[in-house]
Amino acid sequence: MELLVASGIGFLTATGIYLMMRRRTLPIVVGLTFLSYGVNLFLFTMGRLTIGAPPIYEGSNILYADPLPQALVLTAIVISFGMTALIVVLALRSFLDTGSDAAAIGPEDMVRDFGPEPRGNEW
Amino acid sequence: MVNHWIILPVILPALTAAVLVLMRHAGLGAQRWVSVGVTAFLVGNALYLWSLAAGGPEAYFLGDWPAPFGIVLVLDRLSALMLVVTSVIALAALLYAVIGWDARGQHFHALFQFQLLGINGAFLTGDLFNLFVFFEILLIASYGLVLHGGGAWRMKSGFQYVAINLVASTVFLFGVGLIYGVTGTLNMADLAVRVSQLPPENHALLSVGSLLLFSVFAMKCALAPFHWWLPTTYSATSAPAVALFAVLTKVGAYAIIRVHTLVFASGVAGVSDLLQQLLLPAAALTLIVGSIGVLASKSMLQLASFSIVASMGTLLIAGAGIEERQIAAALYYLLHSCLVGAVLFLIVDIVAAGRGTTIDRLVPEAATPRNLLLAALFFGAAIAMVGMPPLSGFVGKVAILSSIRENGAGFAGWAVILGTSLLLLVGYLRAGSTLFWKAPAVAALAAEPSKARPVGAAPIAIVATLLVFTGALTVLGGPVMDAMTATARELLDQGRYIGAVLPETDLAMQEP
Repeated sequence: MELLVASGIGFLTATGIYLMMRRRTLPIVVGLTFLSYGVNLFLFTMGRLTIGAPPIYEGSNILYADPLPQALVLTAIVISFGMTALIVVLALRSFLDTGSDAAAIGPEDMVRDFGPEPRGNEW
Repeated sequence: MVNHWIILPVILPALTAAVLVLMRHAGLGAQRWVSVGVTAFLVGNALYLWSLAAGGPEAYFLGDWPAPFGIVLVLDRLSALMLVVTSVIALAALLYAVIGWDARGQHFHALFQFQLLGINGAFLTGDLFNLFVFFEILLIASYGLVLHGGGAWRMKSGFQYVAINLVASTVFLFGVGLIYGVTGTLNMADLAVRVSQLPPENHALLSVGSLLLFSVFAMKCALAPFHWWLPTTYSATSAPAVALFAVLTKVGAYAIIRVHTLVFASGVAGVSDLLQQLLLPAAALTLIVGSIGVLASKSMLQLASFSIVASMGTLLIAGAGIEERQIAAALYYLLHSCLVGAVLFLIVDIVAAGRGTTIDRLVPEAATPRNLLLAALFFGAAIAMVGMPPLSGFVGKVAILSSIRENGAGFAGWAVILGTSLLLLVGYLRAGSTLFWKAPAVAALAAEPSKARPVGAAPIAIVATLLVFTGALTVLGGPVMDAMTATARELLDQGRYIGAVLPETDLAMQEP
């Protein structure tokens, strides 16, 4: 089982890293998702792999599944889910604004505004 | 007796942010009053906590669950110091935003308060996983703040910023997972105890985990080779948000100093030696890259962003060590660089707005109105950032130079810091003379209609006040340095921190 889990984590992470190397926004987002799957699985195994063990320590049974990594994984899943939603929106918005899904910033994008004073009737 | 003031810097911004979201229809005026009022209160609370921290580290157990099982916040001198810096700069940035920046997008004040929640929480937490959670909170808020004002440029830099931080979060989780796997705890005090009792066969896993963790901290504080995101993001972000971001990079430096001194200072598994071997060259490289960036900048925003990179390098040349003098010097420089970083970004915003369509490009056209006053402020910020006397940058650099004189890196450290100071000086001289000397002269010759827009008094007053704080940091250099030394001493006396979090632990057990 160790081999299966370890190679699973490795495969997910490798896929994620490969996709992150792309220069377009959507593959990067998918790559990030794979990376977070990889790390969630990794965290899960950090309480050691146990089969059929109760999640609560009861004095007599030495073998028990550590519940803490599962709590950590839950938190990590929630956070990475929220982040993925945000970055998808960002990718979509910049695609709709600029008409391209390139992740790089070109000189034509660099339109800036300065100044503490409000302009027009933005109040 | 539990002191509930300790959790206020976390709870209050959280509640305020939620209220501010609901106040969307109450109008911007009401939101401004609430936001500024709460932040001003946080300044007072942080000062009170600083006075409280003089009595030694104090733990706050949420729900009265004993550590290491519950969530714990720890107030000590370092966290109190960081709370004071954060709240002061937040108040200045917020007042600057109230002049008009906050009207250029939705929910600026709510995001700003969420940002404060994340930063304050990261400084107070006594647990590595909660550090991850607070990092995420401050990042989520900062994503919103980067996008504030809108536009394709902010969207694209925002995408890059979010993507690189998601990768960093993943690496953080890998590191935290490895450390939990070998020690069975993530509470920092408990970790400090368990790490020293770790069987040698687990040392390799521990050092891999901790190096992953520190590489994330290095990424947060834009240490080379992880620094490329900073100029891209910071030069796209609106001025009041980026003034607060001057503190955001310091969260990484704080985490490096905190975890290094608390958990690894005992030299377990050779992690501390390895870290110093890696951090020192990285810090020197950061300083060099930052100074070359300043010299090569084509716009004022690039200049300010690369100055932040350079100041992180200077800070960590001292902050990589675990000697009392080095940490004290690093902390002094941290105070200074937060203040000056914020000042610099605000001045850039004022000047660039005043120059009309020329904005912040470093070309000799379009002089600013109130040229002399803005030039004086820019000059003040520049000599503080470069480290020329008499402002606090000089005191900070002298403290760092004298603290590294006796260790192995002394000679190389001196060469890098002094050499890059010259580069920074030349870079700032070029920028200042182009903007404030050549531009008025060229504009007078060209005799074309001026592109300048009027510059208000209120933003200048905010910047001037922050510069006065920098001056105060210099004039009160002695007492401030004493306070930093006391902070560093407390950091290196890990028993007091551990005793506050885990009162029942037999401290004698930690002796190797």
